[in-house]
Amino acid sequence: MESVLLRARGVPNSRSIDTYLAAGGWSGFAKALSMTPDAVVQETIESELRGRGGAGFPTGRKWSFVPKDHPGPRYLICNADESEPGTFKDREIIEHDPHMVLEGIAIASYAIRSNTAYIYIRGEFVRWAALLEDAIGEAHRQGWLGRNVKGSGYDLDIWVHRGAGAYICGEETALIESIEGKRGFPRLKPPFPAVVGVFGKPTVVNNVETLACLPHILTKGAKWFASIGRPKNTGTKLYCVSGHVKRPGVYELPMGVTFREIIEGPCGGIREGHTLKAFFPGGSSAPVMRASEVDVRADFDACAEAGTMLGSGGVIVLDDSVDMVETAANLAHFYAHESCGQCTPCREGSDWARDILDRIVAGHGRPADPETLLRICRFASQGMTICPLGDAFSLPISSIVKKFPEEFERHIRAASTVPQKKLPVLPWAGSRPGFGS
Amino acid sequence: MSTKPILSVPTEQLENTTFDATMEERILELLKRYPTTRATLIPVLWLCQERYGWLAPGVIRAVADRLGESPAYVEGVATFYTMFYTKPPAKFVLQACETLSCAVCGGKELLHHLESRLGIKPGEKTPDGVFQLVGVQCLGACGTAPVVQINDDYYENLTIERLDAVLDDLKGRS
Repeated sequence: MESVLLRARGVPNSRSIDTYLAAGGWSGFAKALSMTPDAVVQETIESELRGRGGAGFPTGRKWSFVPKDHPGPRYLICNADESEPGTFKDREIIEHDPHMVLEGIAIASYAIRSNTAYIYIRGEFVRWAALLEDAIGEAHRQGWLGRNVKGSGYDLDIWVHRGAGAYICGEETALIESIEGKRGFPRLKPPFPAVVGVFGKPTVVNNVETLACLPHILTKGAKWFASIGRPKNTGTKLYCVSGHVKRPGVYELPMGVTFREIIEGPCGGIREGHTLKAFFPGGSSAPVMRASEVDVRADFDACAEAGTMLGSGGVIVLDDSVDMVETAANLAHFYAHESCGQCTPCREGSDWARDILDRIVAGHGRPADPETLLRICRFASQGMTICPLGDAFSLPISSIVKKFPEEFERHIRAASTVPQKKLPVLPWAGSRPGFGS
Repeated sequence: MSTKPILSVPTEQLENTTFDATMEERILELLKRYPTTRATLIPVLWLCQERYGWLAPGVIRAVADRLGESPAYVEGVATFYTMFYTKPPAKFVLQACETLSCAVCGGKELLHHLESRLGIKPGEKTPDGVFQLVGVQCLGACGTAPVVQINDDYYENLTIERLDAVLDDLKGRS
């Protein structure tokens, strides 16, 4: 298959605007400018492009929720806060082809009639934020950004806005709060950002990879895009594979290949002397899959049917050397650290889950622990919290408890009982290593 | 890669921070990007951290004054985000990723090695103020695990030997 999103990988000087223009770059935006914004929305709807950030919501439909008669400004935000464990695709696009991201932003901004766009990039990506700044400078100098783009009468500014270390800011309403100069606390929905977003104005938040598809949809047409992949799961997808494969990395494949094809194909299979035990299909927030489920198709609908999700396409592969209880404990640490603290079920639940899992790993598991973990997960998910972080920690942990009960039993059977000296108290955060403490 | 050391200005010198013309110019440039003053808070905190190495109480007060916020509000935002230093950091902050992909690909061993080589635990600094060890959550470079971020730079596909060579080099230059 011909590379679309990763076509610049390996091309010398791929980041410069001249290389990009020579490959037909910025012509998608030029084409968009010759169309009405509504026609761009329609073309995107027909391509059946779905959001690559994790939710898989149809991009064109998301844009269509922006009120057309709104008098004031509207905003487009590019979500480059790539923080989902196992996900490293957006960095790859920015590294090799920053102009493709900018062109996608320009097309989306035009479609929703926005004159200002922000790229919210995770704070750690200092180098990649600088690459985007450089590309923005080039695009300005060549008249693809700024006032009256290429004589069309359309104005567009793109600003890079660096985050500062918070997983939660990848959630679109937390991201919006963060741009506004606040703590990254997610907002209750509705109202949805398309109606009340950043600075109280209609706002669309799209992922880097989603936006990077747009120049190709505009130049090659919605039909071409929809012909790749499977019905309702169209286009190519960047699968980021990490963990115990021979060749981890980012691979671009048509949507709907199976996880087996990804793992045994470009990744070269599981490392020597080991066999596949489990994998997370779409970042660590997706329910875990057993080795026997490796023939599931890696698209939004097939993953949902299999009881998991494609999420961001971050495939974390674990071989038979891995202890699944330790895996659950590792992830519980992540979510307990990243819970923003707004909602009790998530803030307390993630801390309790972490402490219980740590205790089991330390050899002090109790027979009732798996049931307690499931109960914590039940109370923190299914709409009990403002944002999906509650589900994000509940789904992987509860799925590990359900799919690998024998590993919990083994730990708990071997556990030594410790006499309870004191009543359990709320988890104490003071000992957690971190910045500023 | 030559990672630049963080030079933290001592607390006392930042007691009565005022912004000079260069800083003021950059703040004015930021204010043009957003419709509200408050939206410049995180970018201004970044400016300050680049300039002073960390966000001392005096810096927090200066930012609050300049942007018309209370110091409590500014501190509340600054402490929400893990990358803002509200204590002076060491010259080189070693941020070792502890999340799943790194953990199963040698990250755990790397962190243990750093602990024993430097004689410190995560969250601590070496007595000479050169290194600080922090266990961090996913850095978004899982395909090149294990990863350690040192100040602004990513060090990927690390082995204990390669990391040792990096630390020797940084130590030599500090």
